[in-house]
Amino acid sequence: MSVARKKPKVPVGKPAIEIDEHIVEILSDSGEGAQKCGQSFGAIAARLGYGIWTVEIIPAEIQPPARSVDGASGNRIRVAGQPVSNGGNQADVVVAFNEQVLLGRLRAEELKPGCSILLEDKWRNDSDPSIAASYVRVYDELIERGFDVHEIPMGVECLKIIKDPRRGKNMFALGLLCSIYSLDTEAGHEQIRFIFGKKGDLVISSNQKLLDAGYQWAEDNLDIKYKIPATPPSETNIVVNGNTSLALGVMASGMEVCAMYPITPATSASHYLSDVFEKVGGVVHQAEDEIAAAAFAVGSSYAGKCAVTITSGPGFSLKQEVLGLAVMAEIPLVVINVQRGGPSTGQPTKPEQGDLLTACFGSHGDAPKVVMAVSDIEDCFYSVITARKIAETFNTVVVLLSDAGLATAQQPFPRPEFCEDWLAAPIDLSPVEEGYFPYDWNPRSGQRHRVIPGQPNGMHTLTGLAHDRRSCVAYNLKVNKEGMRHRSLKLAALQKTIKTPAVLGDDEGELLVVGWGSTRGAIAEAVKNVRADGYRVSSMHLKILQPMASGIKEILQRFDKVLVVENNWADSMDDELIDEENRRYSNLGWLLRARCLVDVDCWGEVGEQPIKPGTVERVIRERLS
Amino acid sequence: MSTRATEFLRRSGEHDHPLEDYVGRVPRWCTGCGDNAVLAAVQKVCREEQLPPEKLMFVSGIGCSSRFPHYMGGYGFHGLHGRALPIAEGIKMRRPDLHVFVNTGDGDCCSIGAAHWVHATRYNMNMTVMMHDNNIYGLTKNQASPTSPIGTRSNTTPRGSVLPAFDPLQATLGFSNLSFVAQAADWIPELLFQIIHEGFKHRGFSFIRILQRCPEFQANRWEPCIQDPDKLLILTHKDGLQVSPTLARTYKNCEEHDPANLVDARRIVGTSDRIPVGIIYRNSDVPCYEDMRAPDRLFTPELVKQGLEAELDKFTIWPRE
Repeated sequence: MSVARKKPKVPVGKPAIEIDEHIVEILSDSGEGAQKCGQSFGAIAARLGYGIWTVEIIPAEIQPPARSVDGASGNRIRVAGQPVSNGGNQADVVVAFNEQVLLGRLRAEELKPGCSILLEDKWRNDSDPSIAASYVRVYDELIERGFDVHEIPMGVECLKIIKDPRRGKNMFALGLLCSIYSLDTEAGHEQIRFIFGKKGDLVISSNQKLLDAGYQWAEDNLDIKYKIPATPPSETNIVVNGNTSLALGVMASGMEVCAMYPITPATSASHYLSDVFEKVGGVVHQAEDEIAAAAFAVGSSYAGKCAVTITSGPGFSLKQEVLGLAVMAEIPLVVINVQRGGPSTGQPTKPEQGDLLTACFGSHGDAPKVVMAVSDIEDCFYSVITARKIAETFNTVVVLLSDAGLATAQQPFPRPEFCEDWLAAPIDLSPVEEGYFPYDWNPRSGQRHRVIPGQPNGMHTLTGLAHDRRSCVAYNLKVNKEGMRHRSLKLAALQKTIKTPAVLGDDEGELLVVGWGSTRGAIAEAVKNVRADGYRVSSMHLKILQPMASGIKEILQRFDKVLVVENNWADSMDDELIDEENRRYSNLGWLLRARCLVDVDCWGEVGEQPIKPGTVERVIRERLS
Repeated sequence: MSTRATEFLRRSGEHDHPLEDYVGRVPRWCTGCGDNAVLAAVQKVCREEQLPPEKLMFVSGIGCSSRFPHYMGGYGFHGLHGRALPIAEGIKMRRPDLHVFVNTGDGDCCSIGAAHWVHATRYNMNMTVMMHDNNIYGLTKNQASPTSPIGTRSNTTPRGSVLPAFDPLQATLGFSNLSFVAQAADWIPELLFQIIHEGFKHRGFSFIRILQRCPEFQANRWEPCIQDPDKLLILTHKDGLQVSPTLARTYKNCEEHDPANLVDARRIVGTSDRIPVGIIYRNSDVPCYEDMRAPDRLFTPELVKQGLEAELDKFTIWPRE
């Protein structure tokens, strides 16, 4: 049986090693507060001017069994001297409240070889011999594999301050991290005042004591100390996660109705909106099912301002018939789909970008919809405003795609300055000119003026059946074709206003990497690293996927190879059965090949975490060799 | 534009709406179809109430009954099979000024849209819902519906349907937050008009099941009741229906029923071997969802700005001094 390594007591004031950035993970059983610790660490770092990106580590169940390999709950925080655009690669420092949750991350290859691990040591002497044995087994494996393991009596130390260490260990851990990264404890105290503000002075001071205790313990006993140089922020930033950012965007867009049905990982956007929407005169309706939520939103939109429905994959599938109705009847509607692993129930808490083709081509028949994707936390906010505008300008459905990765990721961005132009115009109930047509399609742009109930002289019956300009059911085929042509034209009219996406790097070269949505940061970082080695690689990111901007084909043609990288399935050419005639491409791979007639290659990953920059870098290097 | 609007407002009080104001396109229902009777009754209710046609909102699903909005003179929304109720709820939520009517059928309401019906009852939004129940899928050409009597021969049940009919009244009397349930028959126009009128006047979710003839696919379904008025039980009450002396001569089976009495309502619906016609249940005290969820403040750009700034404050990382 092994014994704990005795760490030398190091003197206070040990020199800190200067580094550019680190990735820190805090892991616990569900309910032990690792997430609060991680979020606080991120917030403190952001306040001090560091670039951060936090990723939540979420188990599938509310209360998974304690000490289980797949039950890790916690947070990953990437901290850097510069702004960061993604969660990065493997962890440099890990705090774990038990060895099993740590083991889960180790097996998932989320830990950098040799990284520092701060491990609660109380399990070594657990009264249950199987637990003690399991602890020793994992500890020995970690040591054998060369990890820098520090056993810390977190519970024992916390007991000196509070009665139940399970409810305070997280702030002790925060203190450890403040010491390791040379962060001022006063910033930690401020953060504690902020998060426990409502709970009273006693709670605040006991948590501050825990933080101080953790800090001091690390100062006295740990030989790891880093300093990441950072410049304090010059502008005022906000820190929110992607779903909160979407919800703030809904408020800022002037929409007044959100209809939803609970579904992971979209629901937290609606939680937040439920709390605040009424303060600005809005309402969140929790419908009886996904179809009803979409239909309710369509009803609201039809009778007034554009409404929004927020969902994830399975809900998005259920809504398709209603989306077809909104397209057919030309009712504005914003649909936010926070994508998760699919198909079917799939992986509800894991990110995937698998719904792009469903978004573009879902619903039966020809149902042209606008499809946009958000690429980071700031983009979540502004994209909702844009989506609402497009929906009302073209009286059509706009699908906005986010994903489970962005849903819980946090990143600071400049505090938005409210602009009245973001809001929808008030509804107009003035009388309509006699002899008007409910579908007065503009022959060039396909657009129509919407008349809403309550407008005198405007009475008509809107229908999901094929209809003519008078909104009468079409009993002859020519009429149906006329409607289809105009609905399709609207996408072309919008397309004429979209800018050609920018190319990151040179305008031509050996390889162009194309992405969309949440992979933007990871791809940009990978391309930057490869370019630094002298490779002629560039990248391009698409924001509006349907309609697609002009000029893309030309860009693709200027590169020897084009590679689409995305977080969804693509057949690998390494599989024996796969060849050019049967290969199933990734979502955007299909779209670009069809749109541009360029031999676009693709690489897709359907892992449990957002795609890492290091993974993209490896793929790029493979494709170049 | 503003002059015209003012002008319109000035004149709107003077309008006297004749029946023609509520007439839409020429109905394309079959000859003898009960939908025609419902249309006539609804148009009369609108005239009786002098409802401004631009404030009329008819929402429907899919099926013969759901063509209804096209034939009315107001605004119409002919939506999706089974989804009329959630669409109507979305409309009513932000537009309480509109008079919302829903036309749905036995397939639309009791089958594909049944979940919405349960919850629409619970939301209790102020709208008048007419469930045209002809016991058959008509527009799709003769398939058994949930309300088809056992043994119904149809294209999908050529040897007779095997399940007992679903009873929409029994079902709805079991739903939570119930506020208005009635049953009418298309072949008794006087009562049909009265019941729809009562449903309209009730503030809340008024569910009216209308027994309806389908001469094409269920030609003899209601014939015994038409031939023998004693098969019906007319529910009268000082707060409910009053039967004219002429009608009373034909329909002798009348029972005093207080619509406020839910226990009696369940007894009548559950046990009587006669078909009840009238107001079965009414509770005017159930609050409406659109009232409970109505914003307590008016949406203005200034309000949005204030609300947004207050939220952003919560998430702001103020630079350290």
